[in-house]
Amino acid sequence: MAEIKRFDNRLGLWGWLGGGRWGLERYAYILHRLTGLGILIYFLMHIVVTSLRARGIYLWTEGEILHRPVFRAGEFLVFAAFAYHAFNGIRLVLVELGFAVGRPIEPVYPYRTSLNVQRPLLVLMMVAALALLVAGGYELLAWEQ
Amino acid sequence: MRETRFWTWHMAAGVVIFFLLGMHMLIMHTGLLGHVYAPFAGEAVSRENSQFRDSRLTFTVSYIFLLGFALYHGLYGLRTILFELTLRPAVEKVVRAVLVLLGVGLFGLGVWAAIGARTMAAVGARG
Repeated sequence: MAEIKRFDNRLGLWGWLGGGRWGLERYAYILHRLTGLGILIYFLMHIVVTSLRARGIYLWTEGEILHRPVFRAGEFLVFAAFAYHAFNGIRLVLVELGFAVGRPIEPVYPYRTSLNVQRPLLVLMMVAALALLVAGGYELLAWEQ
Repeated sequence: MRETRFWTWHMAAGVVIFFLLGMHMLIMHTGLLGHVYAPFAGEAVSRENSQFRDSRLTFTVSYIFLLGFALYHGLYGLRTILFELTLRPAVEKVVRAVLVLLGVGLFGLGVWAAIGARTMAAVGARG
């Protein structure tokens, strides 16, 4: 079995948190990971809480705790993270599969970066994420009224 | 080769989740579907509306699929992030085992709950 060559991440956490001057797409990728981690933490708790309904316990409809503004705000953040992660994820899959990065060209000086070719896709996906956020987030925040 | 396969599954799972979780969000948290799957008055996540969905086989099956794909996608993503921190091989082994156990355990819990809730909803509907 072929082994994947791996390199030491000498920078540790900063190795993937720091975007440096790698452009907007790099920061979009960092935010993708952070939102992914946030969604994962919520998702693991969500499985446990919703599983209680098999015992007739509907924790999210009972009591006052989960209806407090702080939980509403938290739910909105999860929804925002989902909207961003979903559409940016589609962008990452498309780029990984070679779409929207332009045709390969000879590396002739002055070099051209493919990031400029990718930028419209990033903008398109962010607009889609924002549209979803406005549509879904409005109801989430207005729920209490 | 194995890592490439895992990564491809990770991406494929992401695409499946995009549609399944998208539907889940539209039904539970937005009015965009006109509460088609929440026929009772009040919130889409109320007990009555939850039981209505739990009684439908389509929802039980989609919950189980979403659970499986999302657990794999999320935990594999976490594994990728952790492994990028250049852990010692022994620590990597422990991380891998913990994530697999966590994934299998939560998948088991979720499947049990989806089937249990469906059974309860069906009994409730019969009175």
